[in-house]
Amino acid sequence: MKELMLGNKAVARGMYEAGVTFISSYPGTPSTEITEEAALYNEIYCEWAPNEKVALEAAHGASLGGVRAACAMKHVGLNVAADPLFTISYQGLNAGLVICVADDPGMHSSQNEQDSRHYAIAAKAPMLEPSDSEECRLFTKLAFELSEKYSTPVFIKLCTRVSHSQSIVNPEMRVDIPKVPYVKDPTKVMMTANSRNAHVRVEERTKALTEYAESAGINRVEMSDTSVGIITSSTCYQYAREVWGDNASYLKIGMINPLPIKLIRDFAAKVDRLIVLEELDPIIETHCRLLGLDPVGKMPAFTQDDNRPYFPICGELSPNIIRKCMGMDVPASKALEDEIPMRPPVMCAGCPHRGIFYILKKKKCMVYGDIGCYTLGAIAPLNAMDLNVCMGASCSGLHGFNKAMGKEGETHSVGVIGDSTFIHSGITGITDIAYNMSNSTIIILDNSITGMTGHQQNPTTGKNLRGEPAGKVDLEALCRSLGYNRISVVDPYDMATFEEVLTTELAAEEPSIIISRRPCVMIKGTVHKPPIEPRIDKCVGCKACMQIGCPAISVKDGKVRIDTTLCIGCNVCSQMCRFGAL
Amino acid sequence: MKTQNIMIVGVGGQGTLLASKLLGKVLLNEGYDVKVSEVHGMSQRGGSVVTYVRYGDKVYSPTIDMGEADTIISFELLEAARWLPYLKEGGRIIVNTQEMEPMPVITGAKKYPEDLVNKMQSEGAIVDADDFLFIAKKAGSTKAVNIALMGRFASTLPEIPKESWIEAIKSSVPPKFLELNLKAFEEGYSGA
Repeated sequence: MKELMLGNKAVARGMYEAGVTFISSYPGTPSTEITEEAALYNEIYCEWAPNEKVALEAAHGASLGGVRAACAMKHVGLNVAADPLFTISYQGLNAGLVICVADDPGMHSSQNEQDSRHYAIAAKAPMLEPSDSEECRLFTKLAFELSEKYSTPVFIKLCTRVSHSQSIVNPEMRVDIPKVPYVKDPTKVMMTANSRNAHVRVEERTKALTEYAESAGINRVEMSDTSVGIITSSTCYQYAREVWGDNASYLKIGMINPLPIKLIRDFAAKVDRLIVLEELDPIIETHCRLLGLDPVGKMPAFTQDDNRPYFPICGELSPNIIRKCMGMDVPASKALEDEIPMRPPVMCAGCPHRGIFYILKKKKCMVYGDIGCYTLGAIAPLNAMDLNVCMGASCSGLHGFNKAMGKEGETHSVGVIGDSTFIHSGITGITDIAYNMSNSTIIILDNSITGMTGHQQNPTTGKNLRGEPAGKVDLEALCRSLGYNRISVVDPYDMATFEEVLTTELAAEEPSIIISRRPCVMIKGTVHKPPIEPRIDKCVGCKACMQIGCPAISVKDGKVRIDTTLCIGCNVCSQMCRFGAL
Repeated sequence: MKTQNIMIVGVGGQGTLLASKLLGKVLLNEGYDVKVSEVHGMSQRGGSVVTYVRYGDKVYSPTIDMGEADTIISFELLEAARWLPYLKEGGRIIVNTQEMEPMPVITGAKKYPEDLVNKMQSEGAIVDADDFLFIAKKAGSTKAVNIALMGRFASTLPEIPKESWIEAIKSSVPPKFLELNLKAFEEGYSGA
């Protein structure tokens, strides 16, 4: 029966139907639901790995062990998984292996908008790119077939608009795939002659896959009006259809790597004006230019015609952006004259991170942040974060900063990292601090959950993906074993104690770890206190309580107000009030 | 049939996702091609959120562009004004008059604009503004504001039978909240 399905859920459905039995992933918007949805099928073992490199290695291990396996990650996660990726591509597999990677053009929830298609080209692995939920399901199944036929990991490349859009899917039955026996093969050890031979095999494989691309059903030609011909893929196909309808012909690319040669040349020869429409980098366009074609695209520097329209590399495309670039009319639109204040995301009322960032700001610390909810500490009125780069950089980056700055840096700087991010990539960074001895101070914000991506378990929570009891990392013991003598645990709701500990640790002439421990208030079952009842008679309207940026606090007519539907009684604001009004 | 464009906008945590889930279900059951596009992640933390719902004979793009929305259903007043540029000429806005101050207003850096309903009307929008929070409270829970708003929207679509909505609500909400949600839907529907 047909069903309205999220793209990510349809990928999970495709995995189920393809007989997958193993998935290992690290959560990351917009990829997270693939693994969460797959976990709802009892036939599939699903786990959260500490990071994407581990996830890919585990999935590859499962493939070698004889079962169809997969992993899912966001685009920046693929950077972490890149190391095993390139060599897995050489080594090959046993049962099928599919890597799902979700890009985030427009950076709805990401720190950059890198284009994952480059990785498929660099690692010489095929990449399929669905444009709606039904294609998510079908392409995922096809990916396993190709993976086994050509002995290669195969990418399913998604983007926010495919992952997080629902469209109609026609589910089919699951096929149970018999386990492929493991046979020892000495050529699988990737060294010297074996690796050299493997590289030759990979080049032959790419040649064979290019042949496949010429006639693959997922590279689809739709001939109509031949005055315009559009080569496109993913959501851009949908946008092109909105803009041109039947007034153009289309070559819809379903396999983005390797790209066909003859198919593109033949299509280009049949149309008067060739357009390449793709989000982010000009990958299809570069390929077309290698073939001697000169399409309308994103590389004006490579064309002779200065007046030619071109599309932006930055951000998402949309039908209106395409229309504007092509000089076509866009629908009329009206806006009010009033300035509409922005509504940025904020830390929740009662968030345990809030008080920590207030004290860091008060102490004028250089704060090297990391990836998670706590990045919101950068937003007004806290403005407490100086930097962030990628998972774990708060630890290793701070180490380098302090080595360069010396005492001036060490006494005024901290790295701030969440529990899940710490396990992902922080451990090696704090090892660098302890081993190479910078007097750096790292604050681990342990809120017992992976917050930003929607509350996934991780190795510090003692529960697995399904919420069942699991192994649990002892953060204090771990840090001690890495060589830390100074490890403090604080309650982030107690700002005075935290300030005292912070002052001591910044002054200490050896590396320090401060663990701020309190569960995220949004975790089901977290006990909340009754909302604060302000004593309006005592409020002098000084607005000191407003400095912590709590969405439950406002000041009306010079007096504090508490939104009782939001307030959970964390009392951080009470510690800001010198007049006993809160 | 020309593709219809509906936007559901509000503040993260207000229950916009359940509203779009309900709408998607109704449209699927009525035999339309449907696409629903959401943004998850960062925007859920009290930020401005938008869901696009498109339906018709054949839908391509999952998103809606400026000047294209037939209807904007807004859970909050300022959010209706924010997304007004997406409304097509003569399009309809169904708005809950509840005001939720964003952080720049709370901190006093910006002002919450006044008289937004009239201003949106004078830009040519058909504005149906109501206190849906009150309607939901009357039905039994302020949490049913999403269903009350969908009730009002349902009353603008004569081509979709009311029973189809009621069936979809029955299969979307837990049994113990069913009665109050059906009541909220009815109040929203008949209050037009």
